[in-house]
Amino acid sequence: MTTQTLLAAAGEVSGGEQVTFYILAPLALIGAIGMVAARSAVHSALWLVLTMLCLGVFYVLQAGPFIGMVQIIVYTGAIMMLFLFVLMLVGRDASDSLIETLRGQRVAAAVLGLGFAGLVGGGLWRALDGTTAVGLEQANAEGNVQGIARLLFTKYVLAFELTSALLITAAVGAMVLAHVERRKQDKRDQPTTMRARFAPGNYPGPKPGPGVFATSSSVATPARLPDGRLSDRSTPDILPVRELTDRETTLKGTDR
Amino acid sequence: MNAVYLAQDPTLADFGRDPWWLVLIKVVFAFAFGLLATLLGVWFERRVVGRMAVRPGPNQAGPFGLLQTLADGLKMAFKEDILPRAADKVVFFFAPTISVICAVTALAVVPFGPMVSIFGHWTPLQVTDVPVAVLVLLACSSLGVYGSVLGGWASGSTYPLLGGLRSSAQMISYEVTMGLSIVAVFMTAGTMSTSGIVAAQGDGTRLSIAGFEVPAPGWYAILLLPSFVIFFISTVGETNRAPFDLPEAESELVAGYMTEYSSLKFALYMLSEYVAMVTMSAVTVTLFLGGWRAPAPITTFWAGANSGWWPMLWFFAKVVMLVFVFVWLRGTLPRLRYDQFMRLGWKVLLPINLVWILVLAGLRSIEDWDSRSKLIAVGIPAGILLLATLLWPSRKPKPKPTVQEQVNDRPHGSFPLPPMDLQVPPSPRTRRVVAEREPANIAAGPDSREV
Repeated sequence: MTTQTLLAAAGEVSGGEQVTFYILAPLALIGAIGMVAARSAVHSALWLVLTMLCLGVFYVLQAGPFIGMVQIIVYTGAIMMLFLFVLMLVGRDASDSLIETLRGQRVAAAVLGLGFAGLVGGGLWRALDGTTAVGLEQANAEGNVQGIARLLFTKYVLAFELTSALLITAAVGAMVLAHVERRKQDKRDQPTTMRARFAPGNYPGPKPGPGVFATSSSVATPARLPDGRLSDRSTPDILPVRELTDRETTLKGTDR
Repeated sequence: MNAVYLAQDPTLADFGRDPWWLVLIKVVFAFAFGLLATLLGVWFERRVVGRMAVRPGPNQAGPFGLLQTLADGLKMAFKEDILPRAADKVVFFFAPTISVICAVTALAVVPFGPMVSIFGHWTPLQVTDVPVAVLVLLACSSLGVYGSVLGGWASGSTYPLLGGLRSSAQMISYEVTMGLSIVAVFMTAGTMSTSGIVAAQGDGTRLSIAGFEVPAPGWYAILLLPSFVIFFISTVGETNRAPFDLPEAESELVAGYMTEYSSLKFALYMLSEYVAMVTMSAVTVTLFLGGWRAPAPITTFWAGANSGWWPMLWFFAKVVMLVFVFVWLRGTLPRLRYDQFMRLGWKVLLPINLVWILVLAGLRSIEDWDSRSKLIAVGIPAGILLLATLLWPSRKPKPKPTVQEQVNDRPHGSFPLPPMDLQVPPSPRTRRVVAEREPANIAAGPDSREV
């Protein structure tokens, strides 16, 4: 019997639970609305994190400390972190455009969303109005974690195993799809790379720096070799070799 | 006798009964412990690393340089707080606070000692405990990642972003390993509450060897050695400490996710790093090193070592020892390359951990068999494993070519090499120069020095 179990003792809502609920419920709602309304994808994800954290605390309030903590660890800790990982790779300027592609789409979406929320809320309210929660004491009799473990590994063991098999299949499938097979002889380890570097026909030293012995320090200016020739190896391949014209090298007359 | 000590162990029912002022005192104590640990921890680290590098370390501000961190912190408070133009202002502001809050919150479920009497109240020396306290610790450390990741993203520049990405990948990988090592502790202790785990490490089973009742070691660091080693390695990865400090690798990423941070926000990041290090040490002590219990020989000679306020001493001593190990690692090991680091996490630590949990579960399930069938069940697989390791055909090593053979194998047109048996004759000039030089006859003044 712990503090949490006492808090959510059947039928009665204690003061602490009420206060926590009335602080966190608006926060959870704000998070949900902010998630939809935020322009930047990362901000959206952060609002969702807020909602998930509030939900985790709600579970703890409802005498389910294990599921609450697992919600925080798994959803906010791991899954949202992977989301953020991908979003950050997409780039920080990836935000939604404000142009409506379908006319009247936003209004229709708002109306339908509100209607759906009203339907679900009303249905739940009608179904649960006047019922008192029972069975919490029995469920948590030998401890919350032990109770979940007993159910998971006796009654629901088949569903549990099937889910894990499904998840493993999905993970392995994703890996197979993303994996690029490289033949063994294509892999070059460090000694092979070094041997190739010092093999005849390859100059092992650093390439001449661009702009060396030249009139400009631009990377596009090729290096001049000691014998006066220009070296193509000193400039990046994507840049054209270019020397400044006379007009460009003459003084601009800014000191007038 | 034993029952007296067990009564000192708080159970879950002892929590949640404190008056509000006692809760406040405990919370403030845990917070102050985190801050003080940072102040002293930075000093400790710099001094110890200095000693390892044969130099004094900070020794000017205060006795033994103890106030150096305070001076640095004050200086940092007066620095200009730079907000980069490309930064995401709100997230940039909140990211360091997330790091600090998560690091400090974890201290709330760490047991500092047994039941004591504070102003007449009989209360455990721990802010709070829940049936899933260890999961609270894991949740704190997994939320702490947001601090570095968001800091890196919100800075709006490349190096911090790369640091943030690295830290998210790193922490997710090592959290898996960490969670799996804790599973072994859960299986052995049968509880997830930190005070329960400390209590479970206290009453080691008694072995009877040659007629003597010998108390077996109860610490999980000994009973679950593989878990302990893997857990500590992954805490180093989880706290971004060397040799796993890839998110803030100076040689690659300037300062990683905190490159753009300055002034107090930077100080918050530093604070969170050191608080996380101390918190993780405290968690390791709680889970594996017997928590606040006195080390083995002390209780044999001094029965009262585990009661009253003394346990705090053992607890802090163990924490300082682990912090020293953190510093020691930093002073000794070079930073890993990123792919090596990931390979270590996923291909070494994780499989070892899984196999170890399997073995442990097997051992637990044959616990109540009689000793003969136990011996058979353990001995036959162990024997097969031993034989397989001994008789496994090893690959024949290729004979290494001599230097001359390597030289002969070089393709035509390679760089010229001197002959391998080249003997450099002594230069004829060296002897003459030495011989013809006369000793300098300069009157040595009082302050003249050999240069």
